[in-house]
Amino acid sequence: MRKHNAKVLRSVRLDIGQLSAIVPESLSFCFEVMTSGTELEGAKLIMEIIPLRGTCRDCGREFEIKEYAFECPHCSSPHIDTIAGQELSIVEMEVD
Amino acid sequence: MKVSVVKNILEANDRIAQENRAIFDENDLLVFNLMSSPGAGKTSLLENTIDALKEDLKIGVIEGDIQSSQDAERIAEKGIPAVQINTGGACHLDGNMIRDTFKEFDFDALDLLVVENVGNLVCPAEFKVGEDFKAMILSVTEGEDKPAKYPLMFHESKVLLINKIDLLPYVDCSVEKIKKEALKINPEMTIFEISCKTGEGLDAWYNWLREEVKTRGSARKQ
Ligand SMILES: Nc1nc2c(ncn2[C@@H]2O[C@H](COP(=O)(O)OP(=O)(O)O)[C@@H](O)[C@H]2O)c(=O)[nH]1
Ligand SMILES: [Mg+2]
Ligand SMILES: [Zn+2]
Repeated sequence: MRKHNAKVLRSVRLDIGQLSAIVPESLSFCFEVMTSGTELEGAKLIMEIIPLRGTCRDCGREFEIKEYAFECPHCSSPHIDTIAGQELSIVEMEVD
Repeated sequence: MKVSVVKNILEANDRIAQENRAIFDENDLLVFNLMSSPGAGKTSLLENTIDALKEDLKIGVIEGDIQSSQDAERIAEKGIPAVQINTGGACHLDGNMIRDTFKEFDFDALDLLVVENVGNLVCPAEFKVGEDFKAMILSVTEGEDKPAKYPLMFHESKVLLINKIDLLPYVDCSVEKIKKEALKINPEMTIFEISCKTGEGLDAWYNWLREEVKTRGSARKQ
């Protein structure tokens, strides 16, 4: 905030992987409690849940991993690399 | 004004974990991070494992609990270097807490370091401490629905120990169902069915662990 000469934090955007230890409702609640009564009060926490995606090490195809089943839907291979769905990142902040 | 940030929140911890790992590597030390819910049998498994392997392997233990040093005392009674971390409320260990214990150990004299995490099926799976692998325990009294409810921990663990199988006659729990669900989430998982009370199934775990210490050590020296 200081770097951008900003006074007000409007919002924070997070990417949260479907397979992360985060419960969005709890995080949302904590964020509100932590910011209320501070300079950051009123800032919105925007969370995008990133679905699990994988690629198959055997047939090379990419797909959504449904119901945490780490098996290739094309060739049934169990050798899957997770490429999305484990994020826990701050992506963007909106400041004034 | 929108400011793009793109910062992995766990990055700082990942970096410390990597530094820890480099130190473990230098000392040819196999490290595993043992996780489960409270009371599933982590300390009991360690006590059994130490009794079985302490002639062959030099073992050290880091005990993580929110409060108290009872677990480290249980381990220290066996003549094994054990350091207790009290997280003072935090529900998991992180790289930093592990690094703070290093001054208490002579890593050069150890082959295997076990980190017993805080009892919790969720957060410990998210925080690397520099381990070679994660191992988890699920006891049969916790129910067969746990893989579906806590997929991250099952996904991150290389090994699953299904403990307290001596109690199977008294609980409605299908070990086959646990195995099937766990393998769905993590097809490469190695699974052992054990009882820390009767000792059933533990030999297979000891042999696996011995082999793991041997192959990791030689892989690094190359
Ligand atoms: N019946 C039975 N009890 C066990 C077994 N393993 C551990 N326990 C008991 O479970 C309780 C919790 O064990 P502990 O090792 O302290 O669990 P931790 O919290 O995961 O470290 C203790 O009372 C143990 O004696 C087992 O295989 N069978
Ligand atoms: Mg314990
Ligand atoms: Zn495939």
